[in-house]
Amino acid sequence: MNPFTLTRAASVDAAVRDFSGHEAAAYIGGGTNLLDLMKENVAHPQHLVGLNKLPLSAIESTTGGGLRLGATASNADTAWHPEVQQRYPLLSQAILAGASPQLRNMATNAGNLMQRTRCYYFYDTATPCNKREPGSGCAAIGGYNRIHAILGTSEHCIATHPSDMCVALAALEAVVQVQGPDGERQIKFEDFHRLPEDHPERDNTLKPGELITGIELPAQGFAENFAYLKLRDRQSYAFALVSVAVGLELDGNTIKEARLALGGVAHKPWRDRAAEDLLKGQPATEATFRKVAEAVLKEAKGQGTNDFKIELAKRAIVRALTQAAAGEQQASDVFTNSNP
Amino acid sequence: MSTDSNTKYVGKAPSRVEGPLKVTGQAKYSAEFDVPDLVYGYVVSSPVAKGKIRKIHADKILALPGVLQVFSHENVPTLAWFDRSYKDDVAPGGSPFRPLQDDEIKFSQQPVALVVAETFELARYAASVLEIEYEQEKHETDVEALREKGQEPGSGKTGYKPPVRRGNADKGLSKAEHRIKQEYVHGTQHHNPMEIFGATVHYHPDGKLTVYDKTQGVFNCQQYLKKVFGLSADKARVVNLFMGGGFGAGLRPQYELYLSVLAALELKRSIRLSLTRQQMFSLGHRPHTLQTVELGTDASGALVGVKHKAVHETSRFEEYTENVVNWSGMLYQCPDVHLEYEVVPLDVFTPLDMRAPGAATGSIGLEVAMDEMAYAAGIDPLEFRRRNYADRDQNEDKPFSSKKLREVYDEGARRFGWDKRKMEPRSMREGNRLVGWGMAGGVWDASMQKAAAKATITADGKLTVSSAAGENGTGTYTVMTQIAAETLGLPMEAVTAKLGDTTLPEAPVQGGSWTAATVGSAVKSVCEALGEKLLKLAQKMDDSPLKGAKPEDVEFVNGLIRLRKEPRQSVVLRDVLQVSGEREIEADSSVMPNPLNMQKYSMHAHNAVFVEVQVDEDLGTIHVTRVVNVVAAGRIINQKTARSQVLGSVVWGISMALMEETVMDHRYGRYLNHNFAEYHVPVNADVRDIEVHFVEEEDPHVNPLGVKGIGEVGLLGVAAAITNAVYHATGKRVRSLPLTIDKLL
Repeated sequence: MNPFTLTRAASVDAAVRDFSGHEAAAYIGGGTNLLDLMKENVAHPQHLVGLNKLPLSAIESTTGGGLRLGATASNADTAWHPEVQQRYPLLSQAILAGASPQLRNMATNAGNLMQRTRCYYFYDTATPCNKREPGSGCAAIGGYNRIHAILGTSEHCIATHPSDMCVALAALEAVVQVQGPDGERQIKFEDFHRLPEDHPERDNTLKPGELITGIELPAQGFAENFAYLKLRDRQSYAFALVSVAVGLELDGNTIKEARLALGGVAHKPWRDRAAEDLLKGQPATEATFRKVAEAVLKEAKGQGTNDFKIELAKRAIVRALTQAAAGEQQASDVFTNSNP
Repeated sequence: MSTDSNTKYVGKAPSRVEGPLKVTGQAKYSAEFDVPDLVYGYVVSSPVAKGKIRKIHADKILALPGVLQVFSHENVPTLAWFDRSYKDDVAPGGSPFRPLQDDEIKFSQQPVALVVAETFELARYAASVLEIEYEQEKHETDVEALREKGQEPGSGKTGYKPPVRRGNADKGLSKAEHRIKQEYVHGTQHHNPMEIFGATVHYHPDGKLTVYDKTQGVFNCQQYLKKVFGLSADKARVVNLFMGGGFGAGLRPQYELYLSVLAALELKRSIRLSLTRQQMFSLGHRPHTLQTVELGTDASGALVGVKHKAVHETSRFEEYTENVVNWSGMLYQCPDVHLEYEVVPLDVFTPLDMRAPGAATGSIGLEVAMDEMAYAAGIDPLEFRRRNYADRDQNEDKPFSSKKLREVYDEGARRFGWDKRKMEPRSMREGNRLVGWGMAGGVWDASMQKAAAKATITADGKLTVSSAAGENGTGTYTVMTQIAAETLGLPMEAVTAKLGDTTLPEAPVQGGSWTAATVGSAVKSVCEALGEKLLKLAQKMDDSPLKGAKPEDVEFVNGLIRLRKEPRQSVVLRDVLQVSGEREIEADSSVMPNPLNMQKYSMHAHNAVFVEVQVDEDLGTIHVTRVVNVVAAGRIINQKTARSQVLGSVVWGISMALMEETVMDHRYGRYLNHNFAEYHVPVNADVRDIEVHFVEEEDPHVNPLGVKGIGEVGLLGVAAAITNAVYHATGKRVRSLPLTIDKLL
């Protein structure tokens, strides 16, 4: 870990200014990912702009009937917020499926979006990694890639985005509000994270110095028919091998509106609009779900040790859609905790 | 006073005596002792698995204000010359690794330099920018690819037993009615105790050292320092009062000891050195092991042949061995047995004993194979084991000193409800989940070592007992306190137990499940010796009712010394102390195992584990919903700490079965998942109902206390029982652990 300076910004304007005024600056919220990366010598910021004093921790209704999640509200406070639990239970469950209670207490909402993709090689400076050192090569391709991506990969990177929260946000069509040196703008959630392509060092589409100020959820929360199914190597504190977020709006047994996003399979939360279209107007039956699952994974490509994810993802999609259609409140695996 | 004695503690369930110190943060661990004027070390680890260090560019970081030194092979003084100087009590055959003594890289993450600075942060930063040039050579790390290079090892390691052969297994198997032959594999595992390895070395003005080190054997470390650095015992005191888990990782002196002492001596400064979690994966490990088991039965279900071969890796420089296969010649009755065991030298660090070394591995091969054999022969797996019960240790051709495994089977089956099991796989369901019931078991050595102890009682009736064994967190302080209090009839609150300090009487490393038997016996012996002195003083008192009584005629109970036959005839112990006028009375004693008994009897603990799993077949998820682990390990001194040991073993077994594996990328010869996010061990949510039960054995032969040790036996069979239960649930036999989702899809 290299020496660095730290300031605590009192306003968003001051934070953005402070960032722009330093070489190799980084914003820091809960620090649950950045500090790990610094300790492992993966990230080397010279200056940190602390965000926890910013007045961005509110969770409040918007005039459009949606809900705005403050950037610095903790993952825990967000998951247990009554409005989130009642109107966006998919989001609440996804957050609670992630990390551990301790981490969720520290981690902020903006920080959850900003966590780096997960890969053994990215975290080990003794091995090559295009994300860590562009041009050095991807050790995961041809290596041990059990946790790696099967969709949207490039020849330069096959890492996966680790967030659970973001999978739900993708399904819920959230909008990310940012402010930077050039002012404010809004980014559709599906445009926020990016695929690796030729630049795996970039996880998202933020411009230099841009700061997340909030996340806006639209009014439609799919609170009746939803599921967040996470499959992992142990029951808590493990990243998803595959996760599925589903929101359905049903008319009898006919699907009127559908949202489907996957975690653990790509460099970004994998929302599949074509699959959603395949669901719309169809009966909520296993046959429909299987067809959709096949469609989602049609382009999937295994890398060897992660080949199993293709079949696992299909089964998880069918199961999650089945649970959502049945209106089962517990979407996760057997022993999900329902209380803090 | 009632003859119901409230100073009888052995066999009860007192809470651990050091509990309050631990939960209030007062218990000090090695890397947190306060020592004035500390400097800090940080280890630099090799990114390559094999090769040479060409050049270390230390100048740039030595120029940083506050960086004191960069130790490497370029500047470390030549220390002891011979291999034997580096050999500790637990060393296998070969040449122990000597950190920073030459330019050779023998394994990935090998320590190649130690940066010492005035602050931890500076040492860490300087280490991160230290430039080192390597000359890389081709390495070999894959035991599966190189299994043909396996060779039967020598007997360089204490306790190693060459593989047993008796009768003619091939001939026996050729007559078998039913036969199976399968291969079983599990990957590498690292001990990963919660507490990271670290040391604080206090450099005193007179040049003497107090070394607070994370170790399971302070004397083992002191001897090592003596032989390597020429530090006589009075020059280096080694202390370890508490451990945040050892599991075998602290059996051998680890390199933080060597490096911190080296730096302290060279710089004449006190130093603290802590490894990182990533560096914890550079220490010894349970080796990746390939096992082939072949079994056959006659029409009645009696085993007519047992073959078991195991192959695992060792380092290029040491020949690590553990007893993997011999249990297969002991646990079941069979006249024709052929066992084989080989190791393959590779470019990895030397493996290291890890909780139930050898047996934890071998019991997976044997006990999954036994399940497969039971199915092939169409016999209930428990009944199959009963039919092949071994009443005698056939490996050694001796009777057991005690063995209540039949009772263990009965008790386990009853508690679990085994009689309601349907034999057919996929025959039990709960909701949409498949339910599977499986069982397995194991056998482990009941060992005892030589140890000394000291007891001191002061005029106020406070007793201190000490012995320099370690406290892994297993309950040794508590067990010592119970035995001492009961032997001298004192309340436990009046007894202080001391451990883990080379200024105390010598005891062996804390391992092999022998500490309760060893240190417990030493404590009992020394308290009896002290009791004799107290009796003599009591007899000198005026009108003493104990006059003429021999030690065996009296007992120490409830603060009294009284005649066994006439309990009313007693004196108050505290009066004896006061009348004697002595400020304190001391006794020393040492114990060793009884060689005659050892020659005559096979001494072993046994267990059986019954497991229920629920499997979601579509998703491949497995939940261990119920475990009953019944153990016969002689006499149980503390029901609570013993139960905790077995609970921990079950959790570990779940881990072995379903999660735990250190994965290596053989292109780099490097472990990949070297952190707690990716090296999975169970969390609370993975652990459901666990029932632990002890079938107590009266064993007058095993040691004076009749205890067999409980730290390891409870782990045996757990992973195999889970694997067997998954087969019962799904009809799918997985022979490669850990049994992760991908293997069940």
